[in-house]
Amino acid sequence: MTSAVEVKGVTKKFKTVTALSNVSLTVGKGELFGIIGADGAGKTTLFRILCTLMLADEGRAEVLGFDARKEYRSIRSRIGYMPGRFSLYTDLSVEENLKFFATVFNTTVEENYELIADIYTQLEPFKKRMAGQLSGGMKQKLALCCALIHRPDLLLLDEPTTGVDAVSRREFWQMLGRLKEQGITILVSTPYMDEASLCDRVAFLQDGTILAVDTPVGITGLFTAPLFSVRANEKHKLLTRLRSYPHAKSVYAFGSSVHYTDHRPSASSEEIMRYLSESELQEITIERIEPGIEDTFMALMKTDDGSHHE
Amino acid sequence: MKEWSSFVGFVVKEFYHIFRDRRTAAILFGMPVIQLLLFGYAIRNEIQEVKIGIADLSRDAVSQAITDKILSSGTFVLVKNPQSHSEIQSAFRSGAMSEAVIFEPASDREIQREGSMDIQVITDGSDPNVSRIITGYTASVIRDYLSESATTVDEPKGVVPVPLMMFNPGLKSVYLFVPGLMALILMLVSALMTSISITREKESGTMEVLLVSSLKPIQIIVGKVVPYFLLSFINVVSILVIASLVFGVPCRGSVLLLMAESLLFIMTALSLGMFISTITSSQQVAMMISLGGLLLPTILLSGFIFPVASMPLPLQVISNVIPAKWYLIIVRAIMLKGAGFAVLWQETLVLAVMTVVLIGASLRNFSERLE
Repeated sequence: MTSAVEVKGVTKKFKTVTALSNVSLTVGKGELFGIIGADGAGKTTLFRILCTLMLADEGRAEVLGFDARKEYRSIRSRIGYMPGRFSLYTDLSVEENLKFFATVFNTTVEENYELIADIYTQLEPFKKRMAGQLSGGMKQKLALCCALIHRPDLLLLDEPTTGVDAVSRREFWQMLGRLKEQGITILVSTPYMDEASLCDRVAFLQDGTILAVDTPVGITGLFTAPLFSVRANEKHKLLTRLRSYPHAKSVYAFGSSVHYTDHRPSASSEEIMRYLSESELQEITIERIEPGIEDTFMALMKTDDGSHHE
Repeated sequence: MKEWSSFVGFVVKEFYHIFRDRRTAAILFGMPVIQLLLFGYAIRNEIQEVKIGIADLSRDAVSQAITDKILSSGTFVLVKNPQSHSEIQSAFRSGAMSEAVIFEPASDREIQREGSMDIQVITDGSDPNVSRIITGYTASVIRDYLSESATTVDEPKGVVPVPLMMFNPGLKSVYLFVPGLMALILMLVSALMTSISITREKESGTMEVLLVSSLKPIQIIVGKVVPYFLLSFINVVSILVIASLVFGVPCRGSVLLLMAESLLFIMTALSLGMFISTITSSQQVAMMISLGGLLLPTILLSGFIFPVASMPLPLQVISNVIPAKWYLIIVRAIMLKGAGFAVLWQETLVLAVMTVVLIGASLRNFSERLE
């Protein structure tokens, strides 16, 4: 068995909404695998199916070699699950929460302390504080400790960094990197594109279908059209001006600049510059750039018509 | 062994929840005492200090003697001596008076000659319960007088009933309330609190994490129930102690049997709470069901305040599914009548069957997954 998670053709419907449609996915052992998708893409449903809290309508899911439908008990004791919503006891202190989760997993804090030591030392000064009074970043660290306390083989983290400040997010990802070195397979979902590049492999989820699965580098390789970063004194006018350019393939704001792709593979910045300088825009700069993950995702979202890019 | 320690950990966590939430702790420990004192002291069925007006048109020895007897009973307070019917009416309307007694002129001559006399008793019928009780009371005072003075005239004729209130000769309402209150408080603590505490885990998302742990569903459920079982039992004991020390309510039957029956009723209420929590996923709905679906019937339909026998047939039928009705019968029988298990096995069986059915239904309903 080399794969930690094996999902084949999973479909899940809620009344009229299709949360997942024909999703297939393989996560290798020891991988740090990212599921990238906007809110409502189906990330949480996929996680709940994997941690056996929900049953797929169609298809099958195998976690750590066990069938998610029939052998759910074997799965439950071997995974660490951190739901998207903060799900610890707010009226219990940091220490009490950790102890509680250790006992319900038939272990003790001491037994696996070295696994969480790295994270828990940051929480130690606040160990008497009620979990409800921690900051967002601290809460997530505590939740991670609680999910890790029984030394699971697979960590399922559903949007662990949503609503957490930038510094805590970076720290959180550094911790995931160290956990991966300990041999723990990690499946993590996030709506933040910039976190995708920190994963070994990522899957793009959009409206319940997987658009692409690849390494971060491989993903950007899917992006073929020439990409330009354009700046001018008035961003809004620049956007409308570029959108009315007949060769424009896609135009979208990207931070302080505008990313522009052209239908013609041979498009040059001089041509675009010529077109833009006919307007009243000033201080125009155009630069040909390499696509990032976010550019690729935007492009995949646009071109996707249900077919898969693999 | 390890499973046991994780179960103990779970129960300890429940106690943290209970004692750290002031509202929960207040409901659990404050409510029983406050309710008992309220019902015991403030809310009573006994009639005291009835405002009475006496219009004595006869002014002779007989009317004077009856008036003295009425006023010396301690139940009545003389507020005025109305002179006319219109005065009586306005006093009733303003609420200054709740009863008027009118002696016709020359009552002593009448009683000498005919052995009977007319006394008119008028009460404020807008409060029928009070009216009925005070007219009854007035009539008995007068009857008393007549029987005492019977030596001077002929023996009273006809049938004279001599009532004796067995088990509660003073008709103290606290005897009525204590068993009812026990049922009410146990329902509230056991059913309401358990259903809320389970749905709270569902609502806060912690149930998700618990399900994906090594805990078995039965451990989760039992772990939720055990703390409330203990606390409810403490409540039973404290109610009984207060009732006996403060209000002098006796326990004529076996205390052991009473405790055992109370434990059974606690189990029934807990399994009801469990069942409610398996069919709802929000604390609010659980609370609504518990309050509307359990507390009101427990107060209104169990025979706590209104006798079941005087309800219309459909309500009598419904009252059979209310656990408190059976528990009330049991508690009254043990505490006041000193009844034993031989008399109460049927009621006990009903409660036991209810408990088993509810536990079965909750286990079947408890979902190991999210809906």
